[in-house]
Amino acid sequence: MSTSAPPRTTGPRTAYRSTDDRWVGGVAAGLARHLGVDALPVRVAFLVAASVGGFGLAVYAGLWLVLPTDSHLEVSAPGLEAATRSGRRPRRSRRVRDMGPLVAVAAVALGVVVLAQGVLGSSVLFWPLLLGAVGLAVLWRQADEAQRERWLDSSGRVDFVRAVVGRGGVASYARLAAGAGLLLAALVLFAVQTGQAGVARDVIVAGGLGVAGLALVIGPWLFRLVGDLSEERAARVRSQERADMAAHLHDSVLQTLALIQRHAEDGRTVATLARSQERDLRSWLYGDAPAAESSVAGALKAAAAEVEDAHGVPVEVVVVADAPVTEGVRPLLLAAREAMANAARHSGAPRVDVYAECGDRVVEVFVRDRGRGFDPAAVPEDRLGVRRSIEDRMRRHGGGAAVRTAPGEGTEVRLSTAPSSPASTPASTGAGAGEDR
Amino acid sequence: MSARTVVVVDDHAMFRTGVKAELSAQPGRIRVLGEAADVDDAVRAVTTLRPEVVLLDVHLPGGGGAEVMRRIAARRSTTPGLSDTRFLALSVSDAAEDVIGTIRAGARGYVTKTITGPELVAAIERVATGDAVFSPRLAGFVLDAFAGTIEVAQVDEDLDRLTEREREVMRLIARGYAYKEVAKELFISVKTVETHVSSVLRKLQLSSRHELTRWASDRRLL
Repeated sequence: MSTSAPPRTTGPRTAYRSTDDRWVGGVAAGLARHLGVDALPVRVAFLVAASVGGFGLAVYAGLWLVLPTDSHLEVSAPGLEAATRSGRRPRRSRRVRDMGPLVAVAAVALGVVVLAQGVLGSSVLFWPLLLGAVGLAVLWRQADEAQRERWLDSSGRVDFVRAVVGRGGVASYARLAAGAGLLLAALVLFAVQTGQAGVARDVIVAGGLGVAGLALVIGPWLFRLVGDLSEERAARVRSQERADMAAHLHDSVLQTLALIQRHAEDGRTVATLARSQERDLRSWLYGDAPAAESSVAGALKAAAAEVEDAHGVPVEVVVVADAPVTEGVRPLLLAAREAMANAARHSGAPRVDVYAECGDRVVEVFVRDRGRGFDPAAVPEDRLGVRRSIEDRMRRHGGGAAVRTAPGEGTEVRLSTAPSSPASTPASTGAGAGEDR
Repeated sequence: MSARTVVVVDDHAMFRTGVKAELSAQPGRIRVLGEAADVDDAVRAVTTLRPEVVLLDVHLPGGGGAEVMRRIAARRSTTPGLSDTRFLALSVSDAAEDVIGTIRAGARGYVTKTITGPELVAAIERVATGDAVFSPRLAGFVLDAFAGTIEVAQVDEDLDRLTEREREVMRLIARGYAYKEVAKELFISVKTVETHVSSVLRKLQLSSRHELTRWASDRRLL
């Protein structure tokens, strides 16, 4: 986010570390934004305070530790956010910019070392303090990146390792180890320099006990906090998924509108576009789309959608009850699709009606149009579309097919078959429903 | 025949405008008296304007189309003239429980918003004369709702099942047949078809069989 306006929040005003305008940790810029002043005076104040006995450094470090980053406040348009989350936009690269603060930290640290050595001389406490400070700085910096990734990541779980090392990688583990090692070295060095090895051991044991005690005291609270965080994240992931889906749909609506404008003169294309978009939106909003591969209703609706798109004629599908797609039903579905395509292609009707009824013993499909119809006797033998692909196919598989039509009367194709495989129930189908007309 | 009076209730202004334009294209047959965008507006408009037919969206701010019909029904005893008002549900949602729920709340028919202008005019005229309007989709829902489990041990047996003839009529309508074509197919008069359809509508509205509601809620799981 490149605006300098203070982030809008509904609750009490909260200070954040700035992620876009920062020299080291973004504390000064964030504080300046919170106080409503320019960033430069704040930075100068920190520097001045730092030069006076290091007080500024301590305050800066403390604020760095407790202030959250403002990266989660970056709110852009829903469509852009969705596109970013699904990786369809270029990511803002952070690698190059990261080097600046790092160099600054190194330079300042070097300066502090030289200055301190000049002022204090090589005191007993100097090297332990320095090592400890550098170790803490590395750990904080690490935690900072981990936090940032937590905001960006959307996998839905919080785990402790991830919370500390972020997305992993050799670099972050190395930094973690370096930080911890430096702290440990500082402790050991301090102990060795001030006394015997026994004292050093005592100090380390005392430190360890202290950490264990703290863990006992705040452990449960921490545990609950992590639980809350997971829940919150799960909710956020769900709402993000919904938002992504909505954004995708709105995006496709935009595409359709653009296409409609380009084809404004071609009424048929416009209708087809509008129709297919309507289908998408409807199935998302009202969720009435059963899986195409597993249910008769789903398969018929999918076939109808294909025919609509290919021929620009709306196909209305009504299904009573539903049945799983079995081997016995598959030829019927193929034949129904063929009948729909025929009706859309040849009948000239403005609409095709498909009705399917799935019973226990028989599945029936009716494909009807109010188009020009034809004389079945007058169809030449070589035009075998209807006869071969519909009637023959159904008979071969133990079902039935009947075409009922006359010139000017429209056409109705009636298909029927047994839902179970034809081999198992050969008697119940053949003479049954389909052939009485 | 004088023009049928209509009030259009829909929360989408664009759709209201479109429907009004389409209906006004046939001034001799349909006269649009007014429009409303939510339940309160709709109740007010219907009680003051007293249209013959209310085109009612199923999804409406303030409780949906069913709520409008409930409130109008509550005022029928105190306000004379309201009992002539009939409702035709119009929706973009094909969700079965919405459709069946609206019919059970008192609508005389259900059509989808993709209906063409002439078809809509015909549907309004049919509803105004007291007949029911069944689209193929609604007929499919009805067959679904009354399908299979016909248990003879029902208390309201007459209301809880369709006769064989009614089932035939519903199947033909679901297959895309117009009333006229249904009549021709079954060798009966159009009037008889209308009687069958109205009787199915009555069963749908009055039937107490809990399978009906359970069926509607089960549909959501599909």
